[in-house]
Amino acid sequence: MTGNVIQLKTPLGDEVLSLHAGDHVELSGMVYTARDEAHLRMKESGIPFDPKGAVIYHCGPVIRDNKVIAAGPTTSARMNEISGFLIEKGVRGIIGKGGMGATVREQLRNKGVYLAFTGGCAALASSHMTLKGVFYQDLGMAEAVWAIELDRLPLVVGIDAHGNDIFDAARKNAEDVFRIYSPELCKAEH
Amino acid sequence: MQIPEPDLIFRALSDATFQAYREAAIRLPLDVLKVIGNAALAETDPVARGEFANILKNIRTAGELGVPMCQDTGVPVIYLTVPPDIPLTPELYDAVAEGVRRATKEVPLRPNVVDPLTRHNTNDNTGAGMPAIHVKPGKKFTVTVLPKGAGAENMSRIAMLLPSQKDQIGKFVVETVYLAGSRPCPPIIIGVGIGGTFDGAAALAKEALLEPVDTMTEYEQQLLYAVNKLGIGAMGLGGDFTALAVKVKTAGCHTASLPVAVNIQCWANRHATVEVKR
Repeated sequence: MTGNVIQLKTPLGDEVLSLHAGDHVELSGMVYTARDEAHLRMKESGIPFDPKGAVIYHCGPVIRDNKVIAAGPTTSARMNEISGFLIEKGVRGIIGKGGMGATVREQLRNKGVYLAFTGGCAALASSHMTLKGVFYQDLGMAEAVWAIELDRLPLVVGIDAHGNDIFDAARKNAEDVFRIYSPELCKAEH
Repeated sequence: MQIPEPDLIFRALSDATFQAYREAAIRLPLDVLKVIGNAALAETDPVARGEFANILKNIRTAGELGVPMCQDTGVPVIYLTVPPDIPLTPELYDAVAEGVRRATKEVPLRPNVVDPLTRHNTNDNTGAGMPAIHVKPGKKFTVTVLPKGAGAENMSRIAMLLPSQKDQIGKFVVETVYLAGSRPCPPIIIGVGIGGTFDGAAALAKEALLEPVDTMTEYEQQLLYAVNKLGIGAMGLGGDFTALAVKVKTAGCHTASLPVAVNIQCWANRHATVEVKR
């Protein structure tokens, strides 16, 4: 890791507009987990927390005895077409893995950022977390909305508020490489 | 030959399965740690270096706290080695399932196993044909647990190539990784099964994941080199290491066939083997 790590605290404000894709940040404060089912419920019946400056975490945690046992990120792309209303209502940060599509990239423009957390790092995540509450528990453990207090969770800005998207850049690069694939590629020096 | 007490075998195998599942969920094998560590040192991309730092911290935290390293604790894929004096009975399968149920409660594991059509969750990680148990004869009585998460498993593919398309094997492997992109939680480990039958190639690809990943043949290194040219990098954020290792297993096949299966595994190439006490 190089460069400074930027400290962020929820609720987020205009400070997110000065972040750049590739910046390392540490996030503290309340975040709300939400997967597919929670997005659909919130869209239909309203957001159960104050969305202004809020941060959504794409995560289906393992909770036991009111403690977060394991809480790594889930694939954000599944929420590509159901995240717009959250950003419209004031959500300024989305945490997940794998990045999101062009729709969300545009929705975040001049408003918020997508923060990538390392896939599979559930134990590391839970060591930065305190459970504060829950909504929609009837959806089951993975799909409920858990209110979790973060203490300096290490993240990287994947999509900034200016349309820069490092996932998309890596994807385009891979596409270019694959297009010119030849068996010779396997025979190159290594 | 004296056959040990069925009840004792049941308990010993169930205990060993539980222990192997717990070990696999919490700690990575040394060869896997080694390739992750080496890649973390060699990675040049600053964002990817941050991802490796998180992965290494996560591995340490899971070990210290004794909790699963990933919340997707997978579905149970089990390899049993059964010595000549242990009768291969349905009870052996029951004992493994019992160990899986106990691990689900006590580790704890996320209940992942559902009916494929009704999507009803059994809540104990067992079901029809699950755990998936593969049995081989051997000298020692051992159980190996390979918990397989969905993110990586879902990106796996199989092709029935033509015998004349041997040089397309590399392209199929690279294409599979390209199509997977960030979704299987790279840096990945790639199991490749070449030959056998349609189903046999897939089984070989999965078994390849159990092979030591810190040594590779020249062919495996060539495939790894080609895959890493894609530059997808850790978590799809770009970088030098899209994959950490490629392992290939082969089997004889029909002269008119060339089955190729690619089984993708995330950086957490979890598996553990425990000898059954007797």
